[in-house]
Amino acid sequence: MTSTTQTNYGDTIFRNLTRAFAFLILLLIVFMVYEMYRTSASSIEKFGWSFLTRSVWDPVQEEYGALPFIYGTLVSSAVALVIAVPLSVGVAIFLSELAPAWLERPVSFFVELLAGIPSIVYGVWGFFVMVPWMRTTVEPLLSDHLGFIPLFRGAPYGVGMLSAGVILSIMILPIIASISRDVLKAVPRVQKEAALALGGTRWEATRIGLSYARSGIMGATILGLGRVLGETMAVTMVIGNRPAISASLFDPAYTMASVLANEFTEATTDMYLSALVEIALVLFVITIIVNSFARLLVWSVTRKNQAGRV
Amino acid sequence: MQKEISTISVQPTVAAVPVELASKREKISAHQVCAFFGQNQALKNISLSIPEHSVVAIIGPSGCGKSTFLRSVNRMHEMIPESRITGTLTLDGEDIYQMDAVQVRRRIGMVFQKPNPFPTMSIADNVSAGLRMNGMRDRRRIEEIVERSLRQAALWNEVKDSLFKGGMSLSGGQQQRLCIARALAVSPDVLLMDEPASALDPISTAKIEELMYELKKDYTIVIVTHNMQQAARVSDRTAFFYMGELIEYDGTKKIFTMPSKKQTEEYITGRFG
Repeated sequence: MTSTTQTNYGDTIFRNLTRAFAFLILLLIVFMVYEMYRTSASSIEKFGWSFLTRSVWDPVQEEYGALPFIYGTLVSSAVALVIAVPLSVGVAIFLSELAPAWLERPVSFFVELLAGIPSIVYGVWGFFVMVPWMRTTVEPLLSDHLGFIPLFRGAPYGVGMLSAGVILSIMILPIIASISRDVLKAVPRVQKEAALALGGTRWEATRIGLSYARSGIMGATILGLGRVLGETMAVTMVIGNRPAISASLFDPAYTMASVLANEFTEATTDMYLSALVEIALVLFVITIIVNSFARLLVWSVTRKNQAGRV
Repeated sequence: MQKEISTISVQPTVAAVPVELASKREKISAHQVCAFFGQNQALKNISLSIPEHSVVAIIGPSGCGKSTFLRSVNRMHEMIPESRITGTLTLDGEDIYQMDAVQVRRRIGMVFQKPNPFPTMSIADNVSAGLRMNGMRDRRRIEEIVERSLRQAALWNEVKDSLFKGGMSLSGGQQQRLCIARALAVSPDVLLMDEPASALDPISTAKIEELMYELKKDYTIVIVTHNMQQAARVSDRTAFFYMGELIEYDGTKKIFTMPSKKQTEEYITGRFG
Protein backbone atom coordinates (compact mmCIF):
# COMPACT_ATOMS: atom_id res chain seq x y z
CA MET A 1 0.00 0.00 0.00
CA THR A 2 2.66 2.45 1.02
CA SER A 3 4.84 1.38 -1.83
CA THR A 4 2.15 2.12 -4.44
CA THR A 5 1.52 5.59 -3.08
CA GLN A 6 5.24 6.18 -3.05
CA THR A 7 5.54 5.15 -6.68
CA ASN A 8 2.65 7.35 -7.62
CA TYR A 9 4.26 10.21 -5.75
CA GLY A 10 7.51 9.61 -7.61
CA ASP A 11 5.64 9.39 -10.90
CA THR A 12 3.97 12.72 -10.22
CA ILE A 13 7.25 14.41 -9.54
CA PHE A 14 8.79 12.84 -12.61
CA ARG A 15 5.87 13.82 -14.80
CA ASN A 16 5.84 17.39 -13.59
CA LEU A 17 9.58 17.71 -13.86
CA THR A 18 9.69 16.53 -17.47
CA ARG A 19 6.66 18.66 -18.27
CA ALA A 20 8.47 21.65 -16.81
CA PHE A 21 11.46 20.95 -19.07
CA ALA A 22 9.22 20.78 -22.08
CA PHE A 23 7.49 24.04 -21.22
CA LEU A 24 10.86 25.63 -20.57
CA ILE A 25 11.70 25.16 -24.27
CA LEU A 26 8.46 26.80 -25.31
CA LEU A 27 9.00 29.57 -22.81
CA LEU A 28 12.50 30.14 -24.11
CA ILE A 29 11.24 30.53 -27.66
CA VAL A 30 8.46 32.86 -26.62
CA PHE A 31 10.92 34.91 -24.62
CA MET A 32 13.38 35.09 -27.51
CA VAL A 33 10.71 36.25 -29.92
CA TYR A 34 9.45 38.79 -27.44
CA GLU A 35 12.94 40.12 -26.81
CA MET A 36 13.72 40.40 -30.51
CA TYR A 37 10.43 42.08 -31.13
CA ARG A 38 10.99 44.55 -28.30
CA THR A 39 14.50 45.47 -29.45
CA SER A 40 13.45 45.84 -33.05
CA ALA A 41 10.30 47.79 -32.23
CA SER A 42 11.61 51.15 -33.43
CA SER A 43 12.73 49.71 -36.77
CA ILE A 44 9.42 47.88 -37.22
CA GLU A 45 7.57 51.07 -36.41
CA LYS A 46 9.58 53.18 -38.80
CA PHE A 47 9.75 50.89 -41.85
CA GLY A 48 6.73 48.62 -41.37
CA TRP A 49 6.37 45.87 -43.99
CA SER A 50 8.56 47.79 -46.41
CA PHE A 51 11.51 46.53 -44.36
CA LEU A 52 11.00 43.20 -46.11
CA THR A 53 10.74 44.64 -49.61
CA ARG A 54 13.33 47.39 -49.69
CA SER A 55 16.84 46.89 -50.97
CA VAL A 56 18.49 49.86 -49.33
CA TRP A 57 20.90 49.30 -46.45
CA ASP A 58 22.35 52.64 -45.42
CA PRO A 59 23.48 53.13 -41.81
CA VAL A 60 24.47 56.72 -42.55
CA GLN A 61 21.05 57.80 -43.74
CA GLU A 62 19.41 55.36 -41.29
CA GLU A 63 17.52 53.68 -44.09
CA TYR A 64 17.17 49.92 -43.79
CA GLY A 65 15.59 47.22 -45.92
CA ALA A 66 16.25 43.48 -45.60
CA LEU A 67 15.36 42.18 -49.04
CA PRO A 68 18.93 41.52 -50.28
CA PHE A 69 19.68 39.55 -47.13
CA ILE A 70 16.50 37.51 -47.34
CA TYR A 71 17.23 36.86 -50.99
CA GLY A 72 20.82 35.93 -50.23
CA THR A 73 19.83 33.47 -47.52
CA LEU A 74 17.14 31.78 -49.58
CA VAL A 75 19.12 31.59 -52.81
CA SER A 76 22.37 30.39 -51.22
CA SER A 77 20.35 27.72 -49.38
CA ALA A 78 18.65 26.68 -52.61
CA VAL A 79 21.98 26.47 -54.45
CA ALA A 80 23.40 24.40 -51.60
CA LEU A 81 20.48 21.95 -51.68
CA VAL A 82 20.54 21.64 -55.47
CA ILE A 83 24.20 20.63 -55.28
CA ALA A 84 24.14 18.64 -52.05
CA VAL A 85 20.99 16.52 -52.34
CA PRO A 86 21.80 14.56 -55.52
CA LEU A 87 25.40 14.20 -54.43
CA SER A 88 24.44 12.99 -50.95
CA VAL A 89 21.84 10.56 -52.21
CA GLY A 90 24.39 9.22 -54.68
CA VAL A 91 26.92 8.75 -51.89
CA ALA A 92 24.22 7.11 -49.76
CA ILE A 93 23.23 4.69 -52.53
CA PHE A 94 26.85 3.76 -53.10
CA LEU A 95 27.52 3.20 -49.41
CA SER A 96 24.34 1.27 -48.70
CA GLU A 97 23.97 -0.80 -51.87
CA LEU A 98 27.14 -1.04 -53.87
CA ALA A 99 30.27 -0.50 -51.80
CA PRO A 100 32.10 -3.59 -50.59
CA ALA A 101 32.41 -3.73 -46.79
CA TRP A 102 36.13 -2.84 -46.76
CA LEU A 103 35.38 0.39 -48.61
CA GLU A 104 32.10 1.28 -46.97
CA ARG A 105 33.44 1.68 -43.48
CA PRO A 106 36.30 4.12 -44.16
CA VAL A 107 34.21 6.16 -46.60
CA SER A 108 31.34 6.39 -44.12
CA PHE A 109 33.81 7.44 -41.47
CA PHE A 110 35.19 10.27 -43.57
CA VAL A 111 31.74 11.41 -44.61
CA GLU A 112 30.76 11.68 -40.97
CA LEU A 113 34.08 13.34 -40.17
CA LEU A 114 33.13 16.19 -42.52
CA ALA A 115 30.19 16.93 -40.24
CA GLY A 116 32.49 17.51 -37.29
CA ILE A 117 34.69 20.19 -38.86
CA PRO A 118 34.03 23.67 -37.39
CA SER A 119 32.49 26.03 -39.89
CA ILE A 120 35.30 28.57 -39.55
CA VAL A 121 37.67 25.93 -40.92
CA TYR A 122 35.43 25.55 -43.95
CA GLY A 123 35.42 29.33 -44.22
CA VAL A 124 39.20 29.62 -44.19
CA TRP A 125 39.59 26.79 -46.67
CA GLY A 126 36.85 28.33 -48.79
CA PHE A 127 38.48 31.73 -48.78
CA PHE A 128 42.04 30.66 -49.51
CA VAL A 129 41.54 27.58 -51.66
CA MET A 130 38.04 27.36 -53.08
CA VAL A 131 37.42 31.00 -53.96
CA PRO A 132 40.58 31.42 -56.09
CA TRP A 133 39.77 28.15 -57.81
CA MET A 134 36.21 29.29 -58.48
CA ARG A 135 37.54 32.56 -59.88
CA THR A 136 40.16 31.07 -62.17
CA THR A 137 38.60 27.79 -63.21
CA VAL A 138 35.00 26.99 -62.33
CA GLU A 139 33.27 30.28 -63.03
CA PRO A 140 35.02 30.98 -66.37
CA LEU A 141 34.21 27.41 -67.41
CA LEU A 142 30.56 27.82 -66.46
CA SER A 143 30.19 31.15 -68.22
CA ASP A 144 31.86 29.75 -71.34
CA HIS A 145 29.53 26.80 -71.60
CA LEU A 146 26.36 27.85 -69.78
CA GLY A 147 26.65 31.61 -70.23
CA PHE A 148 23.33 31.72 -72.11
CA ILE A 149 21.65 31.19 -68.73
CA PRO A 150 21.60 34.50 -66.78
CA LEU A 151 22.62 32.60 -63.64
CA PHE A 152 26.06 31.94 -65.08
CA ARG A 153 26.72 35.29 -66.72
CA GLY A 154 29.00 38.02 -65.51
CA ALA A 155 32.44 38.59 -64.13
CA PRO A 156 33.97 35.75 -62.15
CA TYR A 157 34.62 37.36 -58.79
CA GLY A 158 35.25 34.15 -56.94
CA VAL A 159 33.48 35.36 -53.86
CA GLY A 160 29.72 35.32 -54.37
CA MET A 161 26.50 33.41 -54.23
CA LEU A 162 27.84 30.35 -56.06
CA SER A 163 30.83 29.97 -53.74
CA ALA A 164 28.54 30.29 -50.74
CA GLY A 165 26.24 27.64 -52.17
CA VAL A 166 29.14 25.29 -52.87
CA ILE A 167 30.66 25.63 -49.42
CA LEU A 168 27.26 25.16 -47.81
CA SER A 169 26.64 22.07 -49.89
CA ILE A 170 29.93 20.58 -48.70
CA MET A 171 28.92 21.32 -45.12
CA ILE A 172 25.53 19.62 -45.33
CA LEU A 173 26.59 16.71 -47.49
CA PRO A 174 27.61 14.57 -44.50
CA ILE A 175 24.28 15.11 -42.73
CA ILE A 176 22.15 14.25 -45.73
CA ALA A 177 24.40 11.45 -46.92
CA SER A 178 24.76 9.63 -43.62
CA ILE A 179 21.07 9.82 -42.72
CA SER A 180 20.06 8.76 -46.23
CA ARG A 181 22.48 5.86 -46.02
CA ASP A 182 20.92 4.71 -42.75
CA VAL A 183 17.42 5.09 -44.19
CA LEU A 184 18.36 3.12 -47.29
CA LYS A 185 19.97 0.43 -45.18
CA ALA A 186 16.74 0.15 -43.22
CA VAL A 187 14.74 -0.71 -46.34
CA PRO A 188 13.57 -4.30 -45.77
CA ARG A 189 15.57 -6.78 -47.82
CA VAL A 190 12.36 -8.37 -49.05
CA GLN A 191 11.49 -5.12 -50.82
CA LYS A 192 14.65 -5.18 -52.91
CA GLU A 193 14.34 -8.91 -53.42
CA ALA A 194 10.78 -8.44 -54.65
CA ALA A 195 12.07 -6.07 -57.31
CA LEU A 196 14.90 -8.42 -58.27
CA ALA A 197 12.58 -11.41 -58.40
CA LEU A 198 10.46 -9.59 -60.96
CA GLY A 199 13.44 -9.41 -63.24
CA GLY A 200 14.50 -5.99 -62.05
CA THR A 201 18.08 -4.86 -62.43
CA ARG A 202 20.13 -3.70 -59.51
CA TRP A 203 19.30 -0.10 -60.35
CA GLU A 204 15.56 -0.87 -60.46
CA ALA A 205 15.79 -2.59 -57.10
CA THR A 206 17.60 0.49 -55.78
CA ARG A 207 14.82 2.69 -57.10
CA ILE A 208 12.29 0.62 -55.20
CA GLY A 209 14.47 1.15 -52.13
CA LEU A 210 14.59 4.89 -52.82
CA SER A 211 10.84 5.18 -53.08
CA TYR A 212 10.51 3.23 -49.86
CA ALA A 213 13.02 5.53 -48.19
CA ARG A 214 11.97 8.82 -49.71
CA SER A 215 10.32 10.34 -46.66
CA GLY A 216 13.47 9.60 -44.67
CA ILE A 217 15.64 11.18 -47.34
CA MET A 218 13.40 14.25 -47.34
CA GLY A 219 13.74 14.41 -43.58
CA ALA A 220 17.51 14.34 -43.98
CA THR A 221 17.26 17.17 -46.49
CA ILE A 222 15.26 19.22 -44.01
CA LEU A 223 17.98 18.80 -41.40
CA GLY A 224 20.46 20.01 -44.01
CA LEU A 225 18.21 22.92 -44.88
CA GLY A 226 17.98 23.89 -41.22
CA ARG A 227 21.72 24.09 -41.13
CA VAL A 228 22.22 26.12 -44.32
CA LEU A 229 19.63 28.72 -43.39
CA GLY A 230 21.48 29.66 -40.26
CA GLU A 231 25.07 28.95 -41.28
CA THR A 232 27.15 32.03 -40.66
CA MET A 233 30.94 31.97 -40.58
CA ALA A 234 31.81 29.98 -43.67
CA VAL A 235 29.26 31.87 -45.75
CA THR A 236 30.39 35.24 -44.49
CA MET A 237 33.91 34.47 -45.68
CA VAL A 238 33.04 33.50 -49.22
CA ILE A 239 29.81 35.27 -50.20
CA GLY A 240 31.32 38.72 -50.76
CA ASN A 241 29.09 40.58 -48.32
CA ARG A 242 27.44 43.02 -50.65
CA PRO A 243 23.75 43.70 -50.07
CA ALA A 244 22.62 43.49 -53.69
CA ILE A 245 20.26 41.33 -55.65
CA SER A 246 21.75 40.05 -58.86
CA ALA A 247 20.62 37.47 -61.38
CA SER A 248 24.13 36.08 -61.66
CA LEU A 249 25.31 33.53 -59.13
CA PHE A 250 28.86 34.83 -59.63
CA ASP A 251 28.03 38.18 -58.05
CA PRO A 252 28.69 38.91 -54.39
CA ALA A 253 25.68 38.74 -52.11
CA TYR A 254 24.88 38.81 -48.44
CA THR A 255 22.87 36.63 -46.09
CA MET A 256 20.91 37.48 -42.97
CA ALA A 257 23.22 35.53 -40.71
CA SER A 258 26.30 37.13 -42.29
CA VAL A 259 25.11 40.69 -41.89
CA LEU A 260 24.38 40.02 -38.24
CA ALA A 261 27.83 38.58 -37.68
CA ASN A 262 29.58 41.39 -39.54
CA GLU A 263 27.71 44.42 -38.30
CA PHE A 264 26.43 43.92 -34.79
CA THR A 265 29.67 45.34 -33.34
CA GLU A 266 29.33 48.43 -35.50
CA ALA A 267 25.71 49.08 -34.66
CA THR A 268 26.32 52.34 -32.93
CA THR A 269 22.89 53.89 -33.20
CA ASP A 270 19.69 52.54 -31.76
CA MET A 271 18.00 52.40 -35.13
CA TYR A 272 20.92 50.45 -36.63
CA LEU A 273 20.76 47.90 -33.81
CA SER A 274 17.01 47.78 -34.08
CA ALA A 275 17.19 47.03 -37.80
CA LEU A 276 19.76 44.29 -37.24
CA VAL A 277 17.61 42.65 -34.60
CA GLU A 278 14.67 42.84 -36.95
CA ILE A 279 16.76 40.89 -39.45
CA ALA A 280 17.34 38.29 -36.75
CA LEU A 281 13.60 38.16 -36.20
CA VAL A 282 12.96 37.74 -39.92
CA LEU A 283 15.55 34.96 -40.10
CA PHE A 284 13.85 33.27 -37.18
CA VAL A 285 10.43 33.49 -38.83
CA ILE A 286 11.72 32.37 -42.22
CA THR A 287 13.44 29.39 -40.64
CA ILE A 288 10.17 28.43 -38.99
CA ILE A 289 8.19 28.88 -42.21
CA VAL A 290 10.64 26.93 -44.36
CA ASN A 291 10.87 24.13 -41.84
CA SER A 292 7.11 23.89 -41.39
CA PHE A 293 6.66 23.82 -45.13
CA ALA A 294 9.27 21.08 -45.48
CA ARG A 295 7.69 19.07 -42.71
CA LEU A 296 4.30 19.45 -44.33
CA LEU A 297 5.83 18.07 -47.50
CA VAL A 298 7.23 15.03 -45.69
CA TRP A 299 3.97 14.53 -43.92
CA SER A 300 1.94 14.61 -47.11
CA VAL A 301 4.31 12.15 -48.80
CA THR A 302 4.23 9.75 -45.86
CA ARG A 303 0.49 10.04 -45.63
CA LYS A 304 0.17 9.24 -49.31
CA ASN A 305 2.50 6.27 -48.86
CA GLN A 306 0.37 4.90 -46.14
CA ALA A 307 -2.96 5.71 -47.73
CA GLY A 308 -5.42 3.21 -46.42
CA ARG A 309 -2.87 1.45 -44.27
CA VAL A 310 -5.33 2.06 -41.45
CA MET B 1 -12.08 -25.18 -41.34
CA GLN B 2 -9.70 -28.03 -41.89
CA LYS B 3 -12.38 -29.91 -43.69
CA GLU B 4 -13.24 -27.07 -45.98
CA ILE B 5 -9.64 -26.78 -47.06
CA SER B 6 -9.33 -30.43 -47.87
CA THR B 7 -12.42 -30.51 -50.05
CA ILE B 8 -10.89 -27.77 -52.12
CA SER B 9 -7.77 -29.50 -53.18
CA VAL B 10 -6.81 -32.86 -51.77
CA GLN B 11 -8.64 -35.24 -53.99
CA PRO B 12 -7.91 -33.91 -57.43
CA THR B 13 -4.27 -33.06 -56.73
CA VAL B 14 -2.96 -36.05 -54.91
CA ALA B 15 -4.96 -38.64 -56.77
CA ALA B 16 -3.73 -37.40 -60.12
CA VAL B 17 -0.04 -37.75 -59.37
CA PRO B 18 1.50 -40.94 -60.69
CA VAL B 19 -0.32 -41.27 -64.00
CA GLU B 20 0.05 -37.66 -64.99
CA LEU B 21 3.67 -37.13 -64.17
CA ALA B 22 5.25 -39.80 -66.27
CA SER B 23 4.44 -38.04 -69.52
CA LYS B 24 5.47 -34.55 -68.44
CA ARG B 25 8.41 -32.65 -69.82
CA GLU B 26 11.23 -31.69 -67.49
CA LYS B 27 11.14 -27.99 -66.65
CA ILE B 28 13.88 -27.55 -64.10
CA SER B 29 16.68 -29.93 -63.42
CA ALA B 30 19.25 -29.83 -60.67
CA HIS B 31 22.39 -31.91 -60.94
CA GLN B 32 24.84 -32.28 -58.07
CA VAL B 33 24.00 -28.83 -56.72
CA CYS B 34 26.00 -27.69 -53.70
CA ALA B 35 25.54 -24.29 -52.10
CA PHE B 36 27.87 -22.59 -49.67
CA PHE B 37 27.71 -19.56 -47.45
CA GLY B 38 31.30 -18.82 -46.58
CA GLN B 39 32.51 -22.00 -44.90
CA ASN B 40 29.06 -23.47 -44.38
CA GLN B 41 27.69 -25.91 -46.87
CA ALA B 42 23.93 -25.42 -47.08
CA LEU B 43 23.19 -27.88 -49.88
CA LYS B 44 24.95 -31.17 -50.56
CA ASN B 45 24.77 -32.70 -54.03
CA ILE B 46 21.13 -32.06 -54.73
CA SER B 47 19.86 -33.70 -57.90
CA LEU B 48 16.22 -33.57 -58.80
CA SER B 49 13.98 -33.00 -61.76
CA ILE B 50 10.90 -30.82 -61.74
CA PRO B 51 8.28 -31.62 -64.38
CA GLU B 52 6.35 -28.96 -66.23
CA HIS B 53 2.84 -27.98 -65.08
CA SER B 54 3.12 -29.61 -61.72
CA VAL B 55 3.48 -28.56 -58.13
CA VAL B 56 6.57 -29.77 -56.33
CA ALA B 57 6.69 -29.29 -52.58
CA ILE B 58 9.92 -29.11 -50.64
CA ILE B 59 9.59 -30.04 -46.99
CA GLY B 60 12.00 -30.47 -44.15
CA PRO B 61 12.91 -29.03 -40.76
CA SER B 62 14.25 -25.50 -40.35
CA GLY B 63 17.76 -25.05 -41.69
CA CYS B 64 17.57 -28.08 -43.96
CA GLY B 65 18.37 -26.02 -47.04
CA LYS B 66 14.95 -25.95 -48.64
CA SER B 67 14.80 -22.17 -48.98
CA THR B 68 18.42 -22.12 -50.14
CA PHE B 69 17.53 -24.56 -52.87
CA LEU B 70 14.57 -22.46 -53.94
CA ARG B 71 16.67 -19.32 -53.99
CA SER B 72 19.41 -21.01 -55.98
CA VAL B 73 16.90 -21.73 -58.74
CA ASN B 74 16.29 -18.04 -59.49
CA ARG B 75 19.79 -17.03 -58.39
CA MET B 76 18.41 -14.98 -55.54
CA HIS B 77 20.94 -16.44 -53.13
CA GLU B 78 23.60 -14.49 -55.03
CA MET B 79 22.42 -11.41 -53.18
CA ILE B 80 23.98 -12.77 -50.01
CA PRO B 81 27.68 -11.95 -49.80
CA GLU B 82 30.12 -14.87 -49.84
CA SER B 83 27.59 -17.30 -51.22
CA ARG B 84 28.55 -19.63 -54.04
CA ILE B 85 27.15 -22.61 -55.79
CA THR B 86 28.46 -25.61 -57.70
CA GLY B 87 26.75 -28.19 -59.88
CA THR B 88 24.25 -27.53 -62.65
CA LEU B 89 20.77 -26.11 -62.65
CA THR B 90 18.88 -25.94 -65.91
CA LEU B 91 15.67 -24.34 -67.06
CA ASP B 92 14.28 -25.99 -70.22
CA GLY B 93 17.70 -27.55 -70.66
CA GLU B 94 19.49 -24.19 -70.51
CA ASP B 95 22.08 -23.66 -67.81
CA ILE B 96 20.63 -21.11 -65.38
CA TYR B 97 24.08 -20.00 -64.29
CA GLN B 98 25.14 -19.29 -67.86
CA MET B 99 22.13 -17.04 -68.39
CA ASP B 100 21.79 -13.41 -67.35
CA ALA B 101 20.40 -13.35 -63.81
CA VAL B 102 17.83 -10.71 -64.78
CA GLN B 103 16.58 -12.92 -67.62
CA VAL B 104 16.41 -15.94 -65.31
CA ARG B 105 14.21 -14.04 -62.90
CA ARG B 106 11.90 -12.88 -65.65
CA ARG B 107 11.22 -16.52 -66.42
CA ILE B 108 11.19 -17.75 -62.84
CA GLY B 109 8.94 -15.68 -60.60
CA MET B 110 8.99 -15.74 -56.83
CA VAL B 111 6.54 -15.27 -54.00
CA PHE B 112 7.99 -14.63 -50.57
CA GLN B 113 7.14 -15.79 -47.08
CA LYS B 114 5.76 -12.46 -45.95
CA PRO B 115 3.57 -10.48 -48.32
CA ASN B 116 5.82 -7.68 -49.61
CA PRO B 117 3.85 -5.35 -51.86
CA PHE B 118 5.63 -2.10 -52.69
CA PRO B 119 4.16 0.26 -50.09
CA THR B 120 4.50 3.43 -52.16
CA MET B 121 2.55 1.98 -55.09
CA SER B 122 -1.13 1.48 -55.77
CA ILE B 123 -2.59 -1.99 -56.28
CA ALA B 124 -2.47 -1.58 -60.06
CA ASP B 125 1.09 -0.23 -59.99
CA ASN B 126 2.20 -3.11 -57.81
CA VAL B 127 0.96 -5.60 -60.37
CA SER B 128 2.49 -3.73 -63.29
CA ALA B 129 5.80 -3.00 -61.52
CA GLY B 130 7.59 -5.86 -63.26
CA LEU B 131 6.19 -4.92 -66.65
CA ARG B 132 7.31 -1.36 -66.29
CA MET B 133 10.74 -2.51 -65.16
CA ASN B 134 10.94 -4.61 -68.29
CA GLY B 135 10.30 -1.50 -70.31
CA MET B 136 6.61 -1.85 -71.22
CA ARG B 137 5.03 1.55 -71.87
CA ASP B 138 1.76 0.68 -73.64
CA ARG B 139 -0.82 1.68 -71.07
CA ARG B 140 -3.72 -0.25 -72.51
CA ARG B 141 -1.63 -3.41 -72.69
CA ILE B 142 -0.52 -2.85 -69.10
CA GLU B 143 -4.12 -2.44 -67.96
CA GLU B 144 -5.06 -5.70 -69.68
CA ILE B 145 -2.24 -7.59 -68.05
CA VAL B 146 -3.03 -6.10 -64.64
CA GLU B 147 -6.61 -7.33 -64.93
CA ARG B 148 -5.57 -10.73 -66.23
CA SER B 149 -2.99 -11.21 -63.49
CA LEU B 150 -5.37 -10.14 -60.74
CA ARG B 151 -7.98 -12.54 -62.10
CA GLN B 152 -5.41 -15.35 -62.16
CA ALA B 153 -4.53 -14.55 -58.58
CA ALA B 154 -8.26 -14.63 -57.70
CA LEU B 155 -8.08 -11.08 -56.42
CA TRP B 156 -9.79 -9.14 -59.22
CA ASN B 157 -13.29 -9.20 -57.78
CA GLU B 158 -12.07 -7.91 -54.46
CA VAL B 159 -9.99 -5.02 -55.76
CA LYS B 160 -11.43 -4.01 -59.13
CA ASP B 161 -13.02 -0.90 -57.59
CA SER B 162 -9.95 0.13 -55.64
CA LEU B 163 -7.10 -0.42 -58.09
CA PHE B 164 -5.61 2.96 -57.25
CA LYS B 165 -5.59 2.52 -53.52
CA GLY B 166 -2.31 1.71 -51.81
CA GLY B 167 -1.21 -1.90 -51.89
CA MET B 168 -0.85 -1.81 -48.13
CA SER B 169 -4.58 -1.18 -47.71
CA LEU B 170 -5.30 -4.86 -48.34
CA SER B 171 -5.44 -7.62 -45.75
CA GLY B 172 -2.47 -9.96 -45.36
CA GLY B 173 -4.04 -12.67 -47.50
CA GLN B 174 -5.01 -10.21 -50.20
CA GLN B 175 -1.52 -8.74 -50.12
CA GLN B 176 -0.07 -12.18 -50.72
CA ARG B 177 -2.38 -12.73 -53.67
CA LEU B 178 -1.37 -9.28 -54.90
CA CYS B 179 2.24 -10.45 -54.76
CA ILE B 180 1.26 -13.55 -56.71
CA ALA B 181 -0.46 -11.35 -59.32
CA ARG B 182 2.66 -9.19 -59.45
CA ALA B 183 4.80 -12.25 -60.09
CA LEU B 184 2.38 -13.58 -62.74
CA ALA B 185 2.21 -10.28 -64.61
CA VAL B 186 5.65 -10.73 -66.14
CA SER B 187 4.51 -14.11 -67.53
CA PRO B 188 7.08 -16.40 -65.98
CA ASP B 189 7.15 -20.14 -66.70
CA VAL B 190 7.94 -21.10 -63.15
CA LEU B 191 6.69 -19.79 -59.84
CA LEU B 192 8.78 -20.30 -56.73
CA MET B 193 6.88 -19.97 -53.48
CA ASP B 194 8.78 -19.68 -50.23
CA GLU B 195 6.30 -20.62 -47.51
CA PRO B 196 3.70 -18.37 -49.13
CA ALA B 197 1.00 -19.07 -46.57
CA SER B 198 2.97 -19.25 -43.35
CA ALA B 199 2.03 -15.69 -42.34
CA LEU B 200 -1.63 -16.08 -43.28
CA ASP B 201 -4.83 -17.14 -41.57
CA PRO B 202 -6.55 -20.44 -42.53
CA ILE B 203 -9.06 -18.89 -44.94
CA SER B 204 -6.37 -17.00 -46.82
CA THR B 205 -4.24 -20.13 -46.79
CA ALA B 206 -7.07 -22.11 -48.35
CA LYS B 207 -7.41 -19.48 -51.07
CA ILE B 208 -3.72 -19.61 -51.89
CA GLU B 209 -3.80 -23.40 -52.03
CA GLU B 210 -6.83 -23.38 -54.27
CA LEU B 211 -5.03 -20.91 -56.47
CA MET B 212 -2.01 -23.14 -56.82
CA TYR B 213 -4.21 -25.88 -58.15
CA GLU B 214 -5.50 -23.51 -60.82
CA LEU B 215 -2.09 -22.05 -61.62
CA LYS B 216 -0.33 -25.30 -62.31
CA LYS B 217 -2.28 -25.59 -65.56
CA ASP B 218 -0.13 -22.79 -66.92
CA TYR B 219 2.86 -22.66 -64.64
CA THR B 220 5.33 -24.92 -62.94
CA ILE B 221 5.25 -24.36 -59.20
CA VAL B 222 7.87 -25.12 -56.58
CA ILE B 223 6.72 -24.50 -53.05
CA VAL B 224 8.71 -24.62 -49.85
CA THR B 225 6.52 -25.31 -46.87
CA HIS B 226 6.76 -26.09 -43.20
CA ASN B 227 3.27 -27.38 -43.23
CA MET B 228 3.14 -31.04 -44.22
CA GLN B 229 -0.61 -31.07 -44.63
CA GLN B 230 -0.20 -28.27 -47.08
CA ALA B 231 2.41 -30.19 -49.03
CA ALA B 232 0.08 -33.19 -49.09
CA ARG B 233 -2.85 -31.09 -50.26
CA VAL B 234 -1.26 -29.07 -53.02
CA SER B 235 1.66 -30.93 -54.50
CA ASP B 236 2.16 -33.65 -57.08
CA ARG B 237 5.63 -34.45 -55.93
CA THR B 238 7.37 -33.89 -52.63
CA ALA B 239 11.05 -33.60 -51.87
CA PHE B 240 12.23 -34.13 -48.31
CA PHE B 241 15.38 -32.21 -47.38
CA TYR B 242 17.36 -32.83 -44.24
CA MET B 243 20.66 -31.22 -43.20
CA GLY B 244 21.28 -29.96 -46.71
CA GLU B 245 20.68 -33.30 -48.35
CA LEU B 246 17.85 -34.54 -50.46
CA ILE B 247 16.65 -37.58 -48.54
CA GLU B 248 13.73 -38.61 -50.68
CA TYR B 249 11.87 -37.30 -53.72
CA ASP B 250 8.78 -39.02 -55.02
CA GLY B 251 5.08 -38.70 -55.76
CA THR B 252 3.41 -36.87 -52.90
CA LYS B 253 1.02 -39.69 -52.19
CA LYS B 254 3.85 -42.16 -51.90
CA ILE B 255 5.93 -39.88 -49.64
CA PHE B 256 3.04 -39.45 -47.26
CA THR B 257 1.74 -43.00 -47.26
CA MET B 258 4.75 -45.25 -47.70
CA PRO B 259 8.03 -43.35 -47.72
CA SER B 260 11.01 -45.50 -48.54
CA LYS B 261 13.43 -43.76 -46.15
CA LYS B 262 13.20 -44.04 -42.39
CA GLN B 263 14.08 -40.33 -41.87
CA THR B 264 11.22 -39.29 -44.13
CA GLU B 265 8.80 -41.40 -42.20
CA GLU B 266 10.02 -40.04 -38.88
CA TYR B 267 9.66 -36.50 -40.11
CA ILE B 268 6.19 -36.81 -41.59
CA THR B 269 4.91 -38.65 -38.57
CA GLY B 270 6.20 -35.81 -36.42
CA ARG B 271 8.95 -37.63 -34.57
CA PHE B 272 11.42 -34.81 -35.24
CA GLY B 273 11.64 -31.47 -36.95
